[in-house]
Order: sequence, then C-alpha cells, then structure tokens
Amino acid sequence: MKIAILSGKGGTGKTFLATNLAYVSQPSTYIDADVEEPNGNLFLRPTIDNRHQVFVKIPEVDQGKCGGCRRCTEFCRYHALAYSGGKLIIFPTLCHSCGACTYLCPEQALKEVNRSIGYYERGTLEKIEFYSGVLKPGQLSGVPIIETLMNVADGKNELTWIDCPPGVACQVISCVEVADYCLLVAEDSLFGLDNLKMAHELAKTLHKPVGVIINKCFDSKSVCDAYCQDERLKVIERIPYDIKLANLGAKGYLAAKDNTIIYQMFFDIYYKIMREVDHETTPRS
Amino acid sequence: MKQLLVLSGKGGTGKTTISSALIDLLHAKAYGDCDVDAPNLHLVVPESGLTEKKPFFGMDIFHINPDKCINCGLCLRECRFHAIEILEGKHHINPLKCEGCAFCAEICPLKAITPIKNETGYTQITIDRDTLFSTARLHIGKGNSGLLVSEVKKPIEAFVDRDDLAILDGSPGIGCPVIASIRGVDYVLIVTEPSISALHDMERLLKTINHFNVPCAVCINKCDVSLTVRDKIIEFCKKKGLDILGSIPYDQRVVKSLNTKKRMLDIPGPFTSAIITLSQNIQKWMKIV
Repeated sequence: MKIAILSGKGGTGKTFLATNLAYVSQPSTYIDADVEEPNGNLFLRPTIDNRHQVFVKIPEVDQGKCGGCRRCTEFCRYHALAYSGGKLIIFPTLCHSCGACTYLCPEQALKEVNRSIGYYERGTLEKIEFYSGVLKPGQLSGVPIIETLMNVADGKNELTWIDCPPGVACQVISCVEVADYCLLVAEDSLFGLDNLKMAHELAKTLHKPVGVIINKCFDSKSVCDAYCQDERLKVIERIPYDIKLANLGAKGYLAAKDNTIIYQMFFDIYYKIMREVDHETTPRS
Repeated sequence: MKQLLVLSGKGGTGKTTISSALIDLLHAKAYGDCDVDAPNLHLVVPESGLTEKKPFFGMDIFHINPDKCINCGLCLRECRFHAIEILEGKHHINPLKCEGCAFCAEICPLKAITPIKNETGYTQITIDRDTLFSTARLHIGKGNSGLLVSEVKKPIEAFVDRDDLAILDGSPGIGCPVIASIRGVDYVLIVTEPSISALHDMERLLKTINHFNVPCAVCINKCDVSLTVRDKIIEFCKKKGLDILGSIPYDQRVVKSLNTKKRMLDIPGPFTSAIITLSQNIQKWMKIV
C-alpha cells in the first residue's frame, strides 16, 4: 500500500505528517520525494546506509568526427546544442536527455555520457526504511531522481508513505502515479483551500482515491469544510493550530517519538487513514 | 525598472503574505505571481480593473495517428520519457509524459506521428488605473513551468518605466520555475521562518541564487515561533553576509484577516509595525527614493 501525501501549497505540513505517520506505523517505508528541498531527514535522522548518484544521459561530441552538418542543432527542441566558430557546443543544463541527437548524427560524432544531477540515499530508523532524493542546486528538473526513488524504494514493507513536493506539476505526477491512495494536506486558509482544489483535481486526473487532513485549524469550522462537503471529500482529521507543536517541528523534533500524547494522536490518525484506505481501495462487489 | 523577487526555498513561510503587504506599502507599479504551479497572490490583491486572460501553449507534444500506425514499436523502444503506451493493442502517446522532443515523429517509418498544440496553462493580466498585475496558472501535471514564469514577467517588463518598482512573488523549491523567476531580476528577498527545515532550504536556495549573482537579503517571518532557531538563522545570515531587513512576529489575526478578505495592514500592533519597518529597510536597500 502506497500513500502519497500532497498539498499543492507548500508548508501545509506534508513532511510533519509523513514523518510522524511513518513513525507510528512501523514497519514502514518513508520516501522524501521533495528533491528540491528535502526535509524528512531533519526529523527522522536516520542512519544512512548508502548513497547513489543519479545520472542523466547527455551527448558528448568528438570534434574530429563532427562535420558541422548541423543536423543535431536544427533538430534539438531544447536548443541544447549549437554550432559556432567551427565547433559543436553542448549546453548540458538545457538537455532533456531524449537521445535524438546521438541517434540522428550521420557521422556518429556524438555519444551519450552520464551526468550527475543529484543523488538518493537509503537509511533506517528503528523499523522505518528511509529514502530521500536530493537535487543539485542549479539543476532544472528533479523528475529523474523522483522516478529513480519510486523504482528503488519498491521495498519489502507493506506500507509506504510518499512525501511529495509542493505544487501539481510534472514532478508530483511521478509520485502520485505509483500511489494507491492520496492524502491531501490542506491548511485552514484561503490559500490552503485554493491549493487543496488543485491537489484534488490532480488526484482525480489520475483516478486515485483521496482523503483530506486539515492542518493548523483555528476554529471548529475551517474554510475548507464547505468545499470538502460539496465534493464529498472525506475529512479524516482536523489538527488544531498548536504553538507547542509548531515549536517542536521548528526545532526538528519528531513529535511522535518524543512525546507519548502526540504519539497517541498520530496513532489515531494513522488508524483512521487505514480504515479509510481499506474502504476506498477494496473493490465493491 | 527595479524588480524585487520574493523567494523562500521552503513553502509556507509567508512569501505571498509578505509580497502583498510590500506591494501595498511600496506602491508597486506592477506585480506578478511567478508561482504558476500554485498561484495565490490573486487572492490578496485588489481584484478590480480590466482583465485579459489568454491560454498559454508550451512546446508542441506529439500524437500517433491510429489509422497510419502499424504498431512496429520503434517509438516505444526509443522514447526516453516512457510516454508511449499500448492501449487496447494500439500505440498511444500519454500527453502527461510527452516532453515534445520529436524523436518519435522523426524515426516513425510511416510518418504516423505528428505534433499537436499543448495548452499548458493560462496567463492573466489586470490593469487597474496605473498598476499592472500579471499572473498565470499551470494546468495539472504539466511540465516546463519555467516558460510560463517567463510569460508572467514579459508584460511587467513592458509596462513599467525605468524608476518604477515591480514585485514578484516566487515559488517554493529551487528548480525550473525558481530559476526562470530569478533570471533578470535586480533583488531577491528571502522570506524565511525560524524552523530548521526553512534554514536548510534557504541554504540550498542561496546556492541556486549564487549562479545568478543577484543581491539578496532576508526577512524572518513568524520570528517568535522558536527563538533558538531564530538565533541560528541570524548567525547563518551573519556568516553569509546577508542583511536581515525585517523580523515579523507570528499573529493569528493575519490568516483570519486573509480568510475574510480584509486588509491585513489594518491589524493594529507589532505585526503591522514590523512589516512597515521591513518595507522601509527594503526602500533603503534598493535605493528607492
């Protein structure tokens, strides 16, 4: 069972929920797929067992063989190659690794070489299997790292929590695609509501069952309630804004590990989620 | 024109809230929402004025003509994006995965693959008296958001004069949309908060900004949530030679005024006075008279 935790908006509490839920649901797997700004390790503090570079393929030119026909530069949709001053120049950060230039070169002057765009690491904390991807600053897209994570973390545990990046663009698709269930984390604000709608739309596009957790609630009724009611979205839990909880999170404490009352709170949420997941993912006869 | 871009690395630190307050206090001539993936600025800026909304087309993607395709499988084998799928025995391109490289169309022996228009989002500009607001939204699951971010910035660049101020609200992260938003701006304000996640993310953001050589400074939002971590941030900024232009205390009334669409600068007390101090320090920093 893979549960993707997503939100549209950043800072609603995805990592806070994902790390604590992974903790109370051991044995479990936790994947930090927010490769631009990964934070799961700050809370779980796992022992890292190994680290692997993630490579993409980029072309490399043998200037001696290149006859300057410009077949590659004219074909490349990303303008990642240019012919100038009698030489072929390659712009690695613009390359999408489609492989067309190498395939099409009539002189076989291009070959593909590996270029690292970041890494992923694997670690453990108690009975949590931990995976996290890290994009190198300056790189445009972390999608290849996310795809690698989803492949390598296809692990032994029954339950996997995927901590998604914010937004609803291509990189979130790579996470949600492999998930069986989506947990949408909204916050009790107009921003939170607007972005909840987007995250919900994404889950619908990919035909995934969803449940909602409304975080940082100020009142018993949140601004997201009416939308959830109209859309028949199941609100699994409302977590009130609590300065003590915010303070623990700010300092990087894994709240469920350090405090038995919070452990119980997350265990209850976990139990409610699993009941909902069972209900939504069991085929109706 | 002087362009100020607001970034954070981590999401939810208060970029949009602070941007909207600065737009108000510094009378920005133009402002834009570069967080095309999850735009929110339109919720907090005045909504009156003349609005023009246009669909935005990214790079063409590709489509297989089922009448011409003989299922030879060459495209399936060569596509690096795993965009070619077999549905009911026929080859088919998944539009969410196609990156428009055109490799498949080029090698298809029957020329069965052709480009199709790819609407990846929309742009919207609003002109109210003498100010311009530019925003955009990426459609669900679409990529290459950097192109759309550049599209948000174009009308702003065309609208403002040399001495005018433009404010851009950025997106979280350090990838494609952030890099596109940094290109060409004059100043970056990093809105952070006293949490170790935000500090860690700011470090990575700084490495990204350093590729561009743009001056940046910091504002610590919700500065009283953890004084221990706040001190760590102050120490970090000192080490990096970053000026802290403001420290804004946490105030629940800010979200409540946002939720009821009230002007947050009307909230009396330390929140508003801290924002005013921030805006004055920004004026000095950007040498705006």
